[in-house]
Amino acid sequence: MANRSATRDVLCVRGATIIDDKGERAGDVLIEDGVIREVAPSIAPPSRCLVLDASKCYLTPGLVDLHAHLREPGGEESETIESGARAGALGGYTALVAMPNTNPPVDSASTVRDVLALGASACLEVVVAGAITIGRAGEQLAPLAEMAALGVRLFTDDGRGVQDGRLMRRALEYARDLGVTLAEHCEDEALAAGGFMHEGAWSSRLGISGQPAMAEEAMLARDLALVFMTKSKMHFLHLSTRGSVDLLRDAKAKGLPVTAEVTPHHLFLTDAEVASFDAIYRVSPPLRGAEDVHACQRACEDRTFDAIATDHAPHPRQAKEEPFDTAPPGMIGLETALAVCHGALIANERHGDHRVTPGLSMREFFGLFSWGPAHIAGLDERSGQGGPIVAGSPANLCVFDPSVTWTWDPKKSASLSANSPFIGRTLRGRVRHTIFRGEPIVIDGEAMR
Amino acid sequence: MTTPLAKRRHLLSVADLGREGIVEILKRTDTFSEVSDRAIPKVPALRGKMVATLFFENSTRTRLSFETAAKRLSADTMSFSASSSSMKKGESLRDTVETIDAMGVDAMVVRHSSSGAPKLVSNWVNASVINAGDGAHEHPTQALLDCYTIREALSARSGEKSEDFSKLRIAIVGDVSHSRVARSDVLAFAALGARVTLVGPTTLMPSTLEDWPTSKTCDLDGILQDVDVIYVLRLQLERIDEALFPTLREYRSRFGLTTERARTLREDVLILHPGPMNRGVEIDSEVASGKNALVTRQVRNGVSVRMAVLYSLLASSGHTGNSVLGASNGGKDEFEDAPRDGDEIVLQTPQKTRAHRG
Repeated sequence: MANRSATRDVLCVRGATIIDDKGERAGDVLIEDGVIREVAPSIAPPSRCLVLDASKCYLTPGLVDLHAHLREPGGEESETIESGARAGALGGYTALVAMPNTNPPVDSASTVRDVLALGASACLEVVVAGAITIGRAGEQLAPLAEMAALGVRLFTDDGRGVQDGRLMRRALEYARDLGVTLAEHCEDEALAAGGFMHEGAWSSRLGISGQPAMAEEAMLARDLALVFMTKSKMHFLHLSTRGSVDLLRDAKAKGLPVTAEVTPHHLFLTDAEVASFDAIYRVSPPLRGAEDVHACQRACEDRTFDAIATDHAPHPRQAKEEPFDTAPPGMIGLETALAVCHGALIANERHGDHRVTPGLSMREFFGLFSWGPAHIAGLDERSGQGGPIVAGSPANLCVFDPSVTWTWDPKKSASLSANSPFIGRTLRGRVRHTIFRGEPIVIDGEAMR
Repeated sequence: MTTPLAKRRHLLSVADLGREGIVEILKRTDTFSEVSDRAIPKVPALRGKMVATLFFENSTRTRLSFETAAKRLSADTMSFSASSSSMKKGESLRDTVETIDAMGVDAMVVRHSSSGAPKLVSNWVNASVINAGDGAHEHPTQALLDCYTIREALSARSGEKSEDFSKLRIAIVGDVSHSRVARSDVLAFAALGARVTLVGPTTLMPSTLEDWPTSKTCDLDGILQDVDVIYVLRLQLERIDEALFPTLREYRSRFGLTTERARTLREDVLILHPGPMNRGVEIDSEVASGKNALVTRQVRNGVSVRMAVLYSLLASSGHTGNSVLGASNGGKDEFEDAPRDGDEIVLQTPQKTRAHRG
């Protein structure tokens, strides 16, 4: 147990299995002034040092979420940067990329400054993503260079894809000059035709208008062709279908400079959940069929996916207590992502047998949450996120206990919203401590500020 | 899992009923059909009960049918329609139905343009919820009245009432994709053993029919001689804007039950349509009014079926008193086949079973 009366300037994490990009080893870590001082098989903690027990736990670089809707400005009823950051901390995150579909949207230097200012006092690193087009309307390029000058490295109209292929081509060319990455929400709106769930056996049975997997795949295919032509970097948000995975795998084999993420819910839930008509299961892209879920799981195992991102999308209770087709899409995920994916990918809950040998090592698993996304967002170089656990590195760390079984209680949640399907489900593995720049922001599952 | 309606609190989907549940309602409908034939078609079976019709989407016939059914059972009725309500002021569905529930209603008959809305309502209220059509999902009482109408026509021919449809081949023609009637009918017809064929262009079919108990064809003429029942679906004319078919004329020529086509049909074929009809599009006027068409029987039976449904869900010995069997026309007409007080009907009264509020 932590000695909470001790000073927080000096920290010692003891007894962990340390996992980072370099590999896996047992040891203790001493942290001072926000920086890792020493990593050794055994460290005798100095006096006045806060000792965090991490026995039987993994100690990894802090997690980085490429896809968090923190809703501020404009949606403060469902989340704020402060509450979202605290939720992230509870989930083991030390950096969040805030999506720009706020009100007003982050499509100008002034809104970037506003969000950066709000993020400066949050308990972890808040990174701003800007919009590709003004008002996310897909018509006119946003001032990418002005935003890039303030440090923005990722741009996306997330919530919508850029429908106009010519505009996307110009955006990619323009972004290439700036050295920034465009991220696409792949959804051809003509093909999606306003569908509210995945088109398949369940949409047919339930009489809910579906959107075909092809609506995602067609835009992905277009964008891959554009990347081939422009040689610009591109990141693909929340891919969800077997066809997308195949396209992405081929593109990577050809050496295209593309990366992609998948969400915990697309690794765990299928469209069968919609039979409850509970709008908690309405997400964009929609929950897919079982073969899509399996393809996404395999794509985590063979590194076709570079990152797992939450697409944390808070909504107030009343917004989700509506019929399926009128409720807004999205579910929250920051506090449960690691545990849900640990269940899906490591403990192999998909087979109902927790002893099946996973196709993914723990190092690869944490890579999808930490150094994989940190690299995509450029945070490895900029702020040492996802970096190796070695002396001299910034102390952004997560301690995860894989053996705990728990049930998530939204009353104890930091998020202002509770639109999660994982409420009441048994989760396997839990974040125990989170350390941001040497400060313990979560100790034994409790947020410190 | 299926359970008889009398043991359920809600009627949301035909799938909840199964064969036994459907047969139970059909048999009970015989009783109420007899009531409807009386000079004064009213019994005090649900006196003191309150039935609210909540129509969040416009409909005349279904609402009137339910209200007539409730009135013939002596229930009080109240009605709500979205166009003249506080929904227009932005009130949520949940707040709206909880408000009505708080007034103390025993049943809510819910029509909504969103699939699943009645299911959600059933999660929130204490009243019994009856799905009166939700989006493209289901319309269970329509399927029940369709089964009843087919059974009635067959028994007029054979002199024997039978719920065994296994010798029947039923074609459902038209826009299955957007049809709640089709989804409920497929479940009900199949549960009674019928062989169901869906007929229409692929653009008007659900994207996958892999787990449907049906076959499919786009060749209406190819199956016309083989079917015993033709169920013509209403074509929503606005579908033309979604490029689901080119013109009404082309639709009619391929899938309309035209006078010319009707001449090729077997003498004893039964023709049903849920209404309202687009005469001259999916069905020609002459056919709709012809001797094989059961459209007006469907409407008439709709009231009796809905009486049976309301009675099954709401009647209970504790609440309806001992006058269930008394007929309203001077007590002379004995309401003999009516389920008697405390008979086979074991009911969970909605008031005693508090809805779980998650």
